[in-house]
Amino acid sequence: MSARDTVLARVREALGAARGTRVPVPRDYRVRLTGEEAPTRADVVALFTERVAENGATVRHVGADGLATAIAAALWAREAKRIIAPADLPFGWLAGLEEVHAQADSPLLDPAALDGLDGVVTGCAVAVARTGTIVLDGGRAQGRRALTLVPDYHLCVVHADQIVGTVPEAVARLDPARPLTWISGPSMTEDVGLERVPGPHGPRALDVFVVDE
Amino acid sequence: MTLPSGDSSAGTSPSSSSGPGPVSGPGSGPVPLPMPRVPPRKFAAAARTALADTRLRRNLAAATAALRERRAAAAAEAGDWEELRAAGQAIKDGTLLNLDAHLLELERAVTAAGGTVHWAVDAAAARRVVTRLLRGTGETEVLTMRSPVLREIRLDEALARAGIAARPAGVADLVVGLDADDRPAHPLFPAMHRDPAQIRELFARRLPGAPADLPDDAGALAEAARIHLRGGALAARAAVCGAGLLVAETGTAVLFDSGGDGRVCPVLPETLITVAGIEEIVPTWEDLEVFLQLLPRSAAGRRMGAAVSTWTGVTPDDGPAAFHLVLLDNGRTSVLADEAGRAALRCVRCTACLDVCPVYERTGGDPYGPVHPGPIGAVLTPLMRGVEGAADASLPYASTLCGACADVCPVRIDLPDLLVHLRGKVIESRRRRPVPTPELAMMRALAWTLGDRRRYEAALRRGTRWARLLARGGRIRRLPGLLGKWTEARDVPAPPAESFRAWWRGRTGAGGRR
Repeated sequence: MSARDTVLARVREALGAARGTRVPVPRDYRVRLTGEEAPTRADVVALFTERVAENGATVRHVGADGLATAIAAALWAREAKRIIAPADLPFGWLAGLEEVHAQADSPLLDPAALDGLDGVVTGCAVAVARTGTIVLDGGRAQGRRALTLVPDYHLCVVHADQIVGTVPEAVARLDPARPLTWISGPSMTEDVGLERVPGPHGPRALDVFVVDE
Repeated sequence: MTLPSGDSSAGTSPSSSSGPGPVSGPGSGPVPLPMPRVPPRKFAAAARTALADTRLRRNLAAATAALRERRAAAAAEAGDWEELRAAGQAIKDGTLLNLDAHLLELERAVTAAGGTVHWAVDAAAARRVVTRLLRGTGETEVLTMRSPVLREIRLDEALARAGIAARPAGVADLVVGLDADDRPAHPLFPAMHRDPAQIRELFARRLPGAPADLPDDAGALAEAARIHLRGGALAARAAVCGAGLLVAETGTAVLFDSGGDGRVCPVLPETLITVAGIEEIVPTWEDLEVFLQLLPRSAAGRRMGAAVSTWTGVTPDDGPAAFHLVLLDNGRTSVLADEAGRAALRCVRCTACLDVCPVYERTGGDPYGPVHPGPIGAVLTPLMRGVEGAADASLPYASTLCGACADVCPVRIDLPDLLVHLRGKVIESRRRRPVPTPELAMMRALAWTLGDRRRYEAALRRGTRWARLLARGGRIRRLPGLLGKWTEARDVPAPPAESFRAWWRGRTGAGGRR
């Protein structure tokens, strides 16, 4: 009898007559933001901005036409000279760069090579207002997970229409088959005296640009 | 079939037999069970070291107080906390009652997504599977992320036996690992019992490359750890981690840890091995919406973990090329068989019950043994391992039954009720022994004495006389013999010279004297 059969047989025996009983799930929790939290669409975006900042990221609102300039300015301010971006990053986003070496991702780059870079620019899949969270799913403009894990600086562009109010709304929008990373602020650890300080893994600086439509 | 260092192929399901009886099946590399460095002790005896350490108690008290406050604020802010708890409870109850079907569904989904599922009946089998998989990769180093399950199966000791070096991913694991005598105090914050000054001292002595003039502020210490940990993580080609949750419907694993250090495990290495208990399942993707709200707020008092990862099998050109999921029983089916105790398997290992527990707050995690600390550990350990062993049987008594744990539990496990249930099981198991325990003998003697008025009054008279001889200043500070344990922490008032019965009889007999 294989371990699998043993475990399954033990489960069935343990449950006995109760096996297969359905338990109704009361889903009375909130699936959307209350009117009090965010009366209008603009308030959802404002709540996201507030919560992202509380999580320790720098957050800025930019217009679609000012995005390239804003990205160039942010990279300059962070002194990021060599950056990486997913190969499918919209071309215009990096159009304003001066004296920055921007490289498109390629599978040849191993973690050590990524470690030698100053930063990464990506988009995101979904953002959650209530928790100030950005979700990356490896889809358009996001690239593989190592890109947003190894370099020490991450600039993430969030379109206002990607922001949802709550975790349930985000879960409903996301595809479970994709690898997801839910990021709430820059890298941190509380392992020393429960004090929040930059952690060992992930970018220690996170800039979030909210593009208003 | 005589392969001394046999790494001969074993399929998806390792042929490992259950229990201590039969010899391990062929093909599984011999990983002898390492002897524990100290034999398991009863809770009260094991707690003495911690209780005598005032610095540790001060650090634990400060940390648990901070976590309690944060958690209460996070739960209150949610606004729909009670509704989320009710949903969490119902989802887990439904999962457990259909566990066999969900396990098969999970196996199918993980396999379809390119992962491999292994089954382990006990800790030894899980150790064998993990070491065999690691040997198969040829790696001599492995990245590990702290997880209650990995501690439960004592993976570190098995890796050391197999000559594989474990490289921690998180700061706290590094801290605890640097001192051979240290034990994690908390599943999420293992170094919580050490203050920054102690960590500074430890780093200065033991951490390779740590600057001599390291200050004792959290930022500088985390930075020193960061440099060390990143080196290990970037070079790692294999990783072992736990999982917070598994989604049966989609085959998705969810890794949740307070800081987000674990996120390197499912991203950088070539091979990822995840060990998870069979109860860690939720049925559907939609169910995640409940636990992604309950868990972060219950675990570290945050709206969301700093980094939460989910993955389904393997993804081409992103992350590990091989994903192995080891599903562990190790006594969980025994818990499932206990109709009352079954509720304990709802546990999502958030640690909320630890930080509100007045016992845990003083002892830390070590005295609870390897399975899990705190009230939930005091319930799960004896349910999983039985109450025959003295150490396991002592755990249900490591509680004041104050009920704070039940109030904070995100899946509404009635922990005090289960502790009382287990105390009953301990008594029942002792009743079956050929030689009664002193407690049982005493209770039987008491039952005999109290069963008859004359016997009771005679005992009362004699007892009073002896007790008054022991008393000093109206109090008895130490009772003789085994009863002395009761007076270790309290005094007994001396009985009055005249019992109520004697007084009553005298009063009626003398027609209202006094």
